[in-house]
Amino acid sequence: MTSILEVRNVTKKFGGLVAVNDVSFDVKKEEILSVIGPNGAGKSTLFKLISSFLKTTSGDVYFKGERISNLRPHIVAQKGVVRTFQETTIFKNMTVRETIIVAQHLRSKATLGGYFWGTKIAKEDNKAFGIQADELLDFIGLDSLRNEVASNLTQGNLRALGMAIGLATDPEILLLDEPFAGMNPEETMGMVDLVRLIRNERKVTVLLVEHDMSAVMSISERIVVLNFGSLIAEGTAQEIQNNEMVIEAYLGRADDALGA
Amino acid sequence: MNLTLKSKLLIAGGFLVFVFLFIPFFISFSGRSDFYFTLTSVALLSIASAGVWLTFYIGRINIGQGAFSLIGAYVSAILVMKAGMNFWLTLPLAGLFTAFVSVLIGLPILRLKGVYFAMITLVLTQVVTLTALALPITNGARGIVSIPLPRELSVFGVTLIPDLGTMDNPKLAFYLISCVLMVLTYWVLYRLVNSRLGQICRSMQQNEELASSIGINIAYVRIIVFAISSFFGGIGGSMFGAIAQSVYPSTFQVKDSIDFMLNCFLGGLGYVFGPLLGTFVLYFGWDLLFILDKFQLLVYASIVIILMRFLPNGLLSIRFSNLRRKSD
Repeated sequence: MTSILEVRNVTKKFGGLVAVNDVSFDVKKEEILSVIGPNGAGKSTLFKLISSFLKTTSGDVYFKGERISNLRPHIVAQKGVVRTFQETTIFKNMTVRETIIVAQHLRSKATLGGYFWGTKIAKEDNKAFGIQADELLDFIGLDSLRNEVASNLTQGNLRALGMAIGLATDPEILLLDEPFAGMNPEETMGMVDLVRLIRNERKVTVLLVEHDMSAVMSISERIVVLNFGSLIAEGTAQEIQNNEMVIEAYLGRADDALGA
Repeated sequence: MNLTLKSKLLIAGGFLVFVFLFIPFFISFSGRSDFYFTLTSVALLSIASAGVWLTFYIGRINIGQGAFSLIGAYVSAILVMKAGMNFWLTLPLAGLFTAFVSVLIGLPILRLKGVYFAMITLVLTQVVTLTALALPITNGARGIVSIPLPRELSVFGVTLIPDLGTMDNPKLAFYLISCVLMVLTYWVLYRLVNSRLGQICRSMQQNEELASSIGINIAYVRIIVFAISSFFGGIGGSMFGAIAQSVYPSTFQVKDSIDFMLNCFLGGLGYVFGPLLGTFVLYFGWDLLFILDKFQLLVYASIVIILMRFLPNGLLSIRFSNLRRKSD
């Protein structure tokens, strides 16, 4: 399979602290790849670097051969690389349906002036946004909540809404920020199914950053492990589970424990 | 809030009849032609307030509209006095120039949010006032005075607006023209808010990061909205100067900027017509309290505080909350 996203020697320093240190890996088309690592390993920073919410200190990220690092976030989204946020980041006073209608911004064909004057293209756009919003909410399983104000949703539904927002932009690669954080095992199972469904039905490549090991092991085709900002392992769930360095990073060294 | 199209048209039609027919008739019967000046001021100030409301709509507290109104007033006054232009031609130019200035100012300051943006805009009015005092073209503290009344406006020989200098009742003409401008402004505002741009503004008001993640160029939208907002401020100021026939650095002060903001708060930030109602109530409220003499400001301020405490969503929220209760 061909690579769709290439992370090349990406480094991020905050003052003297090296948050991400010379990290390189590829994401292949239509795979589910997870970035894991213990607390403070640089996962979130790496996530923001890929989605251009942070600028790299050195190194670059390429999407289909085109550099996307250090661009403005909305341009990265236009190119087809779209991130989600954790559940507190929503349009809290909008209804679920309104949110998805706004989120289809990249599908609009008319100009802002066109919408103001109500041109034919703008009217067609508005009609299509409504139809596509309903279709997407059916797909994601929020159809019964379409007229609910977003701030009234449960945590699980907010995550689903976050993914629906991302999908409404027609992304080629969806970056998920800790999609399983703070969920009970049952909710996690539901979310794992949803992520798989998104990939299988919408042919979207998924890169996720996650803490929850069991969910990651079951969902990921490949895993990248970070520790202290550096990439320490890359491979399938099986390979990662048996990797000495990963076990060490997560559990500490055997001789450390003996020494203490 | 979900009025049918028919009732919306009825309300709009009723408002137009009231403004353009009922009030002129009422004034000509009662002979209180001083009301024309008051109502004309309300109409013009509500145009500037509409601009402030629009910046609120992208989540920015704008306490600097007085600056843009002052710029608009000076641009028209200078073009009429120094270049001998027809006022009606300078009116759109004043709006456009103000919008241009707002883009230059907005580029750096629109990155700020909350109280930081509010503080910077609060200073703007003072900056423009001081600039007007210092520049030779604005004639310093003496201001630009004895501006002639607007000349005739005709397009292809058809007179749209007659020469106000030769009219018997220029007050009525100013009133009607200001109301036309006000109606146009609120029509534009209503269309904007109910179009795609309105949706985008609402999303940015709630979360700019998320808005940019779905591909919205937030910097661009912020500038566009701020420019439209200042355009309204410039138009209102320009027209105000034409009626007063003079512009001084003190024509629009920090107090006016705060009033524009209060008009929006009082009318309701959630309603397009909030600033219109707010301007009317605040302006007349202040005038009516004139009998209280030295207690005027004290009582006025207390009423404003009480209104904001008990009606945080503005005066227009009363009607809608009653309706909702009935329907429950």
